[in-house]
Amino acid sequence: MTTPAGLPERLTALVRTLRAHGMRIGPAETLDAARVLEILGLADREQVRAGLAAALLHTEGQRAVFDPVFDVYFPLGVGAPESARPAGDAPPGDVRAWLRDRLADALAANDRAALTRLAAEAVDALGQYGNSPATDGWSAHQTLDRLRPETLLARVRTATQGSGGGSGGTGRGGGSGGFTDRLEADEIRRRIEDFRERVRTEARRRVAERRGADQVARRGLAPTADRVDFLVAGRAQLAELRRTVHPLARKLATRLAARRKRAARGHIDLRRTLRGSLSTGGVPIRPVLRRRRPVRPEIVLLCDVSGSVAGFAHFTMLLVQALSDQFSKVRVFAFVNRADEVTRLVTAGTADPEGLSARILREAAVTGWHGSSDYGSALAEFADRHRDAIGPRTSVFVLGDARTNGGDPNLDALRLIRARARRVHWLNPEQPSSWGTGDSAALRYAEVVPMHACRNVQQLSALIARLLPV
Amino acid sequence: MTGTGYFTSVDDVFVKLAETGYLASTAVATTVYLADRLGKPLLVEGPAGVGKTELAKSVAPVAGARLIRLQCYEGVDEARALYEWNHAKQLLRITAGRDETWDETRTDIFSEEFLLTRPLLTAIRGGDPKVLLIDETDKADVEVEGLLLEVLSDFQVTVPELGTITATRRPFTVLTSNATRELSEALRRRCLFLHLGFPDEELERRIVRTKVPGLDETLTASVVRVVAALRAMDLRKLPSVAETIDWARTLLALGAATLDDRLVRDTLGVILKHQEDVEKATAGLRLDTL
Ligand SMILES: Nc1ncnc2c1ncn2[C@@H]1O[C@H](COP(=O)(O)OP(=O)(O)OP(=O)(O)O)[C@@H](O)[C@H]1O
Ligand SMILES: [Mg+2]
Repeated sequence: MTTPAGLPERLTALVRTLRAHGMRIGPAETLDAARVLEILGLADREQVRAGLAAALLHTEGQRAVFDPVFDVYFPLGVGAPESARPAGDAPPGDVRAWLRDRLADALAANDRAALTRLAAEAVDALGQYGNSPATDGWSAHQTLDRLRPETLLARVRTATQGSGGGSGGTGRGGGSGGFTDRLEADEIRRRIEDFRERVRTEARRRVAERRGADQVARRGLAPTADRVDFLVAGRAQLAELRRTVHPLARKLATRLAARRKRAARGHIDLRRTLRGSLSTGGVPIRPVLRRRRPVRPEIVLLCDVSGSVAGFAHFTMLLVQALSDQFSKVRVFAFVNRADEVTRLVTAGTADPEGLSARILREAAVTGWHGSSDYGSALAEFADRHRDAIGPRTSVFVLGDARTNGGDPNLDALRLIRARARRVHWLNPEQPSSWGTGDSAALRYAEVVPMHACRNVQQLSALIARLLPV
Repeated sequence: MTGTGYFTSVDDVFVKLAETGYLASTAVATTVYLADRLGKPLLVEGPAGVGKTELAKSVAPVAGARLIRLQCYEGVDEARALYEWNHAKQLLRITAGRDETWDETRTDIFSEEFLLTRPLLTAIRGGDPKVLLIDETDKADVEVEGLLLEVLSDFQVTVPELGTITATRRPFTVLTSNATRELSEALRRRCLFLHLGFPDEELERRIVRTKVPGLDETLTASVVRVVAALRAMDLRKLPSVAETIDWARTLLALGAATLDDRLVRDTLGVILKHQEDVEKATAGLRLDTL
């Protein structure tokens, strides 16, 4: 497969790939996109990007999918960059040093055009691997590993300070000694990160040229943050997820409010119906419904905070905490092999979400004699010592992978909890195909309470919008 | 062609908006031009204070168009958004015409004279150029979306007593949203989509220079750099363009020449709205706390 040459074919291929990534694009949008290309032409690539995005995207969340796919189908250039073709004027052995010198200059001057060019040259010179047409390609990872742009920080700082003109070129003054000097290190770090992204884009483009855009665009993309698997998310990804807690909570709150409204409907408000009927000549066509104030429900979270499921538990705690004004009460319990209440720590955790996990492990009694999970003991302790947390208005959510380390799952304790609560749900961050494998008691627990797969933020928010009582 | 035809090119959008004091990014200028050519409503989404409302307001004078604004809020309904009959006046008319038959009275009280037009109806009546701003669409209830969908699909409205009113000239329509609530897929499909985020530093410097021309250029650059640093922090509410402008104005009023720890600490409240953010920023910017 190769990249289709004609414009309509390119657009169709772009749309096909976006759809393959889960974006819903109808024929009307595709037609709009075609008109956009007709109106804008191809002269200015950033205009084309913005125009197609306007026609094809419906939310900003889709941007993370759209941009890389756009880069593949509407590339900046074709082949090796102009300046790199004759192997430059660099001595052959020292391409890397030569690139680093120029990169340092471009970073110091924040010259974005130069940075884009250098990313292309770097991939061309350092990123190629393999030597048979079937296995070779261009790797961003290899390029960055050889170039090590992050080690340029000190050098770039010396350069910007030496020049006395701040970050040069862009009219930013405030030479040495000024207040803004302290910002410089972070600014340069952001520029370096931005450069790394340019390298990734370029590597994708070169591979696309070789393999056919379709194949690359389908595989080579990182998932959007809300589809990152909780169990494999790294520190940075979890930090990024935490930043979405508040916006997500706001969205969920309106969805819950809508459900509440619907649930509360029923009575006809006679006075308002008659008043409204004046415009229809006194015929009460549109009945006006009266709303009743329902009593808000109570939520209890019971979370496994051990090892790899901790990221999932903490995110969910923060999210439910952010939603707490939707409920009359929210209480949070954590366990590894003992259960303890952490509501207060979670409330305080909104100010310092990164520190939440450490605080729970430090300040709550979640482990007893040993450090590994024991669902049986933890459920028993919760059902016994914290019994009064559960009543007929309480919905209980158990969060965890149900991996008991071979211990007794203690189904009776879960039955006891179920008997006292209004409802119990289990959210499991593992995919259903792993349930019941190895030391997982998921299938046995699933016979007692409904168990839901909850692998990423997307699934979690869908579950919350659906399962949380209103 | 159903476009509004206010602009001749993307560059034309840049230039004309700049004349009114609105500095567009490439994405903004391109999308505005497309909305103008395609005659499709433009949905502008983004955080508070990035210039969503201002964008619509700036298109109006440029196009020699009348700005019609529907401000959405929880509880806004058809009577506020579309039209309403003037009940009081109708009752007066009914009492005044005692000798008439009911049929005569009815035809009369459901005529133009007793109609109170609201923004959506105003925007599709009459042949003069108009800009329709539906502001903070996400604040309205879901029911109102159905109404918007109907009006924005073919720019026509049916008033049972008067018949169907179709726009002879489409308004240039902008919907803004803070995304506090997800707008329906159907409504989104009717619109061109524009996410308005924080401007890059170069654009933000130009915006500050336009809005606060008295501020020293070096200080303007520093202000924008500090705001960029704050936006890279993990804050509850990131500072927006509105806050950058407010801060620049404050510094101008204080007669500041350069930034220092004390000045930043004393004025941080202008940029950040939550105490916990102020604390984080104090640490993140390594401000002296003496
Ligand atoms: N590109 C720009 N050019 C000129 N001024 C701008 C620009 N962007 C923002 N501003 C200024 O920023 C301020 C805030 O803009 P505006 O009120 O339109 O924000 P908004 O996005 O509608 O916010 P909200 O969501 O709170 O309604 C205004 O004073 C506006 O003049
Ligand atoms: Mg606004």
